[in-house]
Amino acid sequence: MSTPAKQALDHGCPPWLIASALLTIAPHFEHQPLWLSAFSAALLVWATWLWHQDQRLPGRWPMIALVGLACSGIFVEYRTLFGRDAGVGMLVIFMAMKLLELRSRRDANIITILGYFLLLTHYLYSQSIPTGLWLIAALWIVTAAQIRVNGGPLCRIRETLRYAAMICLQGIPFMLVLFVLFPRISGPLWGLPEDAHAGRTGLSDSMTPGSIASLAQSAEIAFRVRFADPLPATAKLYWRGPVLDNFDGRAWRSSAGAIPRETLTFDSAPIRYETTLEANNQRWLLALDAPSTLPPDSSLDGRLTAQGRLPITQRQRVQLASSLDYRLNVEESPKILHQNLALPARFNPQARSLAASWRAETQTPQAIIDKALELFASERFAYTLEPPLLGENSIDEFLFQTRRGFCEHYAAAFVVLMRAAGIPARVVGGYLGGEQNPLDGYWVIRQSDAHAWAEVWLEGRGWRRIDPTAVVAPARVDSGISDALPAGEPLPALVQMRGTWLRNLRHRWEALNNAWNQQILGYDPQRQRELLAKLGLPDSDWRSMATMLGGLGTLLMASMLAWTLYQHPKHDPATRLWHTALRHLARRQVHCAPGETPLALLRRIEKTDPKLAQQLNRVVECYLLTRYGDAGDALNPLRDAVAQLTRWR
Amino acid sequence: MLGNTRSFPGLRNHPFNSVLTEAGKIILGKEHEIRLATTCLLAGGHLLIEDLPGMGKTTLAHTLAKLLGLQFNRIQFTSDLLPADITGVSIFDRTNSAFHFLPGPIFTQVLLADEINRATPKTQSALLEAMEERQVTSEGQTRELPRPFFVIATQNPAHQIGTFPLPESQLDRFLMRIELGYPDRQAERALLTGGDQRPRVEQLAAVFDPAQLADLQSEIAALHASAALIDYIQALVEASRRMPAFRHGLSPRAALALLSAARAWAWLAGRDMVLPDDVQAVLPAIARHRLRASQGNTLADREDIASLIRTVAIP
Repeated sequence: MSTPAKQALDHGCPPWLIASALLTIAPHFEHQPLWLSAFSAALLVWATWLWHQDQRLPGRWPMIALVGLACSGIFVEYRTLFGRDAGVGMLVIFMAMKLLELRSRRDANIITILGYFLLLTHYLYSQSIPTGLWLIAALWIVTAAQIRVNGGPLCRIRETLRYAAMICLQGIPFMLVLFVLFPRISGPLWGLPEDAHAGRTGLSDSMTPGSIASLAQSAEIAFRVRFADPLPATAKLYWRGPVLDNFDGRAWRSSAGAIPRETLTFDSAPIRYETTLEANNQRWLLALDAPSTLPPDSSLDGRLTAQGRLPITQRQRVQLASSLDYRLNVEESPKILHQNLALPARFNPQARSLAASWRAETQTPQAIIDKALELFASERFAYTLEPPLLGENSIDEFLFQTRRGFCEHYAAAFVVLMRAAGIPARVVGGYLGGEQNPLDGYWVIRQSDAHAWAEVWLEGRGWRRIDPTAVVAPARVDSGISDALPAGEPLPALVQMRGTWLRNLRHRWEALNNAWNQQILGYDPQRQRELLAKLGLPDSDWRSMATMLGGLGTLLMASMLAWTLYQHPKHDPATRLWHTALRHLARRQVHCAPGETPLALLRRIEKTDPKLAQQLNRVVECYLLTRYGDAGDALNPLRDAVAQLTRWR
Repeated sequence: MLGNTRSFPGLRNHPFNSVLTEAGKIILGKEHEIRLATTCLLAGGHLLIEDLPGMGKTTLAHTLAKLLGLQFNRIQFTSDLLPADITGVSIFDRTNSAFHFLPGPIFTQVLLADEINRATPKTQSALLEAMEERQVTSEGQTRELPRPFFVIATQNPAHQIGTFPLPESQLDRFLMRIELGYPDRQAERALLTGGDQRPRVEQLAAVFDPAQLADLQSEIAALHASAALIDYIQALVEASRRMPAFRHGLSPRAALALLSAARAWAWLAGRDMVLPDDVQAVLPAIARHRLRASQGNTLADREDIASLIRTVAIP
């Protein structure tokens, strides 16, 4: 098939299109299978080589074979050709393959339009700031490619880029209006149901020795908190996750079965705060001990763990309030107390005999607790992120041989000792502390702040928090994990930084990310209502928003048009009058060809429509005299002639 | 007032008009080419005619010289032609015991350099230097050439055997390059029935004299070119530098040539101002030998010049 010369693509176009293709598909390489990335990269290199060597593009049959190969590859990989991953994979490969079919301007336009569409698909995977910046750059280049393709070889690189940037910038007001006013639906704009099944790191509902220590090596952010009320200076921030009260000798789990509702008494004023949870596929809300006000659709589970109705599969904001001083279940059901005394019979004989000896020596539960804490306080116990592996009788081995452990070792050992001594006790998982970003005031709680502590039930007091880690490594509770661990522990570099400029930089970056999450990604129907109310539009429904959208859009278009018209007073009056005449001719289906001079136009019309030519003659004469002559101003005669032409029927 | 671009009677009342009409009687059916050649002459530039033998190149040159009352010489270029054969030699005169300079055929007002690409580059450059400087330097003495001095060179199409194609730098010295082409059927019929017109050339009476011509040339050089027209010429030149169809763009000298030729064309059309039409009319003759097609070592394509004109908006 030959391409008409008018539609042919000049040699300067392919580099633009290859660059557009590269920019739009490259970020997908991160999450795509390696063969797919390699395949599309190879196609890109091939297309570049063909262009550079000025070689013929592959014919129809090789292309059909390639399409078949790509589709079957995708099918084998994903077992389907539809859905997010398979669909995006197909688009990426087809984008790269289209570069081997660059024959006409039509092919190039397909590439740019597919490029715009591929830009959107990136938001299905990531909505972070770097992604946004990358996509803006890609948008710029794709637009420039489109300008270059349709503008022809006369477009210079710098001009093309400048023009594309200008077009993108002109889109910003429209983008803002759409962002603010477009009716929002609850739920994420870009979320797909598949997201729920993605693996997430985070606190789990079971605990084995070493599980929290490995979690603590991640600097990923678990959640952010902003306090609405001032925080007492001495407050210990225990963010409560699952209560683990069932021990099978190795792992701690939450026991199943019905739990009666808790009775809570608060001894201090509630502190209000807003938590932004990152997706963790769990239901707990990680409220501060103990929650007094919960968001709708959530409840306490009887063990003081606040839980939502559904697992958190995307970033979610919840409003909470907690009182730091509280009494929990002063009257506890005997069944629950019994559950919290259970120990598997075969394991940890040494620990149990130690506890039995304490029970024989002392009378009050408090004395037993003190004995256990004294034991941990002895210098033989060390706090470390890399505890030795433990065997079958893990508590015995830890207490009497290795004596090196992370918070879960101490909490577990403590609870076993308490239960063996006849005091109801359980392990609580969650996070401790966090770090306040001085820039935006948000508290950032990372996976490295994961923690486990113990709760014991005392007659007349209810459940009381005992943190054995506080005895072993007081700094962990007082100032954070990086102070509590000796140097050389495998704590993430992000968490270790203390008082350096890097730390400052990290604060800035996280504050920026948080603002992005809160203001841009977290712009939901509620925020939209709040913002519109602030702008003086209370109770706006989608109809009024659509009206406003239309109105503002029209206003923007009109102001841009006005600006454009204002920008072009460069045409002198003679040219404007001539353009009026040309418009009049266009209404009579007479058009001035490119590069056609007024005189040539007149001669052409003389042949087809002598009467019109007669009318036009005077206009052309006056126009040429004003524009090219030196006989002075013939503007008024020109004006008269044009007026006469436009009146003439 | 706007003149007429279609036929000769643009200068109804000017004696120069008869130059065009008389020449049109000798060389039949070539009004546009005669007009271009005359334009070149009025703009004070040299003309290169490239065509096959027998198309009337010599007749055109001779006719113009006769009508303008100019002295006419002709050199047939061959591969053994030496520079001195053009510029002249000094001969020892026994009676005076001194060297006496015998001026070569170049000392004339209209010089027809026939088949210029048959001579060696050395000889070619001797002529072309004289064209540029309008003087001849030989044995340490510089001699002015007569005024006006107008070279019409003819050239066979470059791919013929035994030719030395003119290098680009030399081609640039010609203000215009035109092709005569075959006459149309009617003109050829008139030629065949009316007999050979060439003997008539000798009998042609001058309708103009050299002094008038010099005045006319300076009048044309002062013809009004508005800022909008200069814009147009600049836009054309810039576009030629950006178009991928050409290996390189037009030089500033080419831009000057375009302006002066457009002035002469406008004057011939009977106008006192230069229009974009005039620029478009002379552009192919001015630009084609100065541009190279980006592919192959040929002159720019006629179609590419047309697309250059289409690309640039008329200001």
